[in-house]
Amino acid sequence: MAEVRVLSASGQIGSGFLEASFERGISLKPDVIACDGGSTDAGPAHLGSGEPHFSRDGTKRDLRLMLLGRDKLKVPLIVGSCGFGGGDAGVDWMRDIALEIAREEGLKFKLALIRSEQNKEYLKRRLQEGRITPLKPAPPISEAVIDRSAHIVGMMGHEPIAAAIEQGAEVVLAGRASDTALFATVPLMKGAAPGPTWHAAKILECGTACVVQRKRPDSIMAWIRDDHFDVEPMDLGIHCSPQSVASHTLYENSDPFLITEPSGTIDTRNSRYEALNDRAVRVYGSQFHPAERTSIKLEGAELAGYQAIIIGGVREPYIIRQLDVWLTGMQEKFADRVQEIFGGRLGRDDYDIHVRVYGRDGVMGKLEPLRHQIGHEVCLLFTIITPDAATTDAIAKTFAHFAAHYPIPEWRGLITGIAFPLAPPHVNCGPVYRFNLNHVVQPDDPIEMFPTEFLEV
Amino acid sequence: MPTLGELARLIRSKNAGPFTLTFDVMFDDHETYAKVIASGVLSKKSFAELYRIPEDDVKFFLHDAANAIKISIPRPYVQCSREDGDVYGGQQHALLVDLDIPE
Repeated sequence: MAEVRVLSASGQIGSGFLEASFERGISLKPDVIACDGGSTDAGPAHLGSGEPHFSRDGTKRDLRLMLLGRDKLKVPLIVGSCGFGGGDAGVDWMRDIALEIAREEGLKFKLALIRSEQNKEYLKRRLQEGRITPLKPAPPISEAVIDRSAHIVGMMGHEPIAAAIEQGAEVVLAGRASDTALFATVPLMKGAAPGPTWHAAKILECGTACVVQRKRPDSIMAWIRDDHFDVEPMDLGIHCSPQSVASHTLYENSDPFLITEPSGTIDTRNSRYEALNDRAVRVYGSQFHPAERTSIKLEGAELAGYQAIIIGGVREPYIIRQLDVWLTGMQEKFADRVQEIFGGRLGRDDYDIHVRVYGRDGVMGKLEPLRHQIGHEVCLLFTIITPDAATTDAIAKTFAHFAAHYPIPEWRGLITGIAFPLAPPHVNCGPVYRFNLNHVVQPDDPIEMFPTEFLEV
Repeated sequence: MPTLGELARLIRSKNAGPFTLTFDVMFDDHETYAKVIASGVLSKKSFAELYRIPEDDVKFFLHDAANAIKISIPRPYVQCSREDGDVYGGQQHALLVDLDIPE
């Protein structure tokens, strides 16, 4: 069969790309333009709150160039994991930006919105049926976990996107999606071989992350043919090498050879990487093993509470040499102070104060082997979490004062044991979330969890 | 005796999702890569000892085409949970940098 060309605009929409690189990609006549828009990498806050990770201005700039490029070629544009977390709020946010650009530029296209946020009753039914199974490692799952989640998304494969394009969609804005599926959809629809298609898609999904020396997020293109694919960055000033392309399957994957997708597994164990010229690489031998059943990965975030932080430094040697005793002691005594203020309305289990000690084990925690080599000064980061913002503020204020003056036996008289760099010493951070799922669900078909809405723009 | 940090092109750690931490030790050329493997300093067993975790939790890969050693472990703390101090998991590779590699 003929080749299929796939243009990846950038590693993530909103992170930017050089206009010249993207234009060069357009001049090479891709069959599809795609870009990923999200991840769990920045933590559960985006999924939990629906707040995007990248700025609206930066996202609009990128999307405008993609929509204009698509309009020239009349090929599909696919943007996945909209709004970073990929929840419905993210899809709506990206839709509004697209509509605004269409008005400003006078663009017309058929738009598909594919949502990935999951119905809780649906998930509870699948849980009862035993069709939700944990990955390793996974937190425990129950109906209560599903109920208390702020948002749960399923990670779609290529099938819902292909269905939308078959029904005429020219621009697809998807909720949470496998990054790889965004780039694999059109080649698979055109009958390209699954092995090279999926491996190429894996290379493309991070934009120019697979080049020898990455300068910035930028556009990259793949040419997929029967038994191989070629990949080349669009900026003529950067290049791929066989080693740099081979290395890309290491990034953010636990296994560099076998990569799980909703519909199967990418297998690069037999892949061969050859330099096509001084900038492009050809890859042979990649395989894709279809799964017996589709597995849709779930991502969930639940509210952990409202957080405040206190940052402080300690330089005094007497405190540093008894730091743990001092920190534990102040927390125990502080419980009495809470009892005084709240008179039993707030118990020891209703608030959480955690302290991280930089200069000792603040970065690595229990993995730190040099915990005993404490520095001559340390930074204390206290995090306070309670179920509501007002209580968090009250606890943080009270604790900052209490902790600063908590005594040590060596000194007689009032001490100030913490150097605060900020005034007031505490900062309210608002709601914080935690990941609560690492599970897969087996649907009857790969599309049922992802409703699609069409708009004529 | 050179250290792993001196021999490697890049040593890094990173999330592989919220529940897994992965380490990449990458070399410019096959000779250095092969030398480090032959030294036996970095293995499934030695990594488990260095990070004081069960050996069964360590996945250890040799990637010849990339001249890279890759190690994956369950995240010591789930990303952004109470105890987690490294949202991206990007600073957990520190223990590997100063390992001595015998000539």
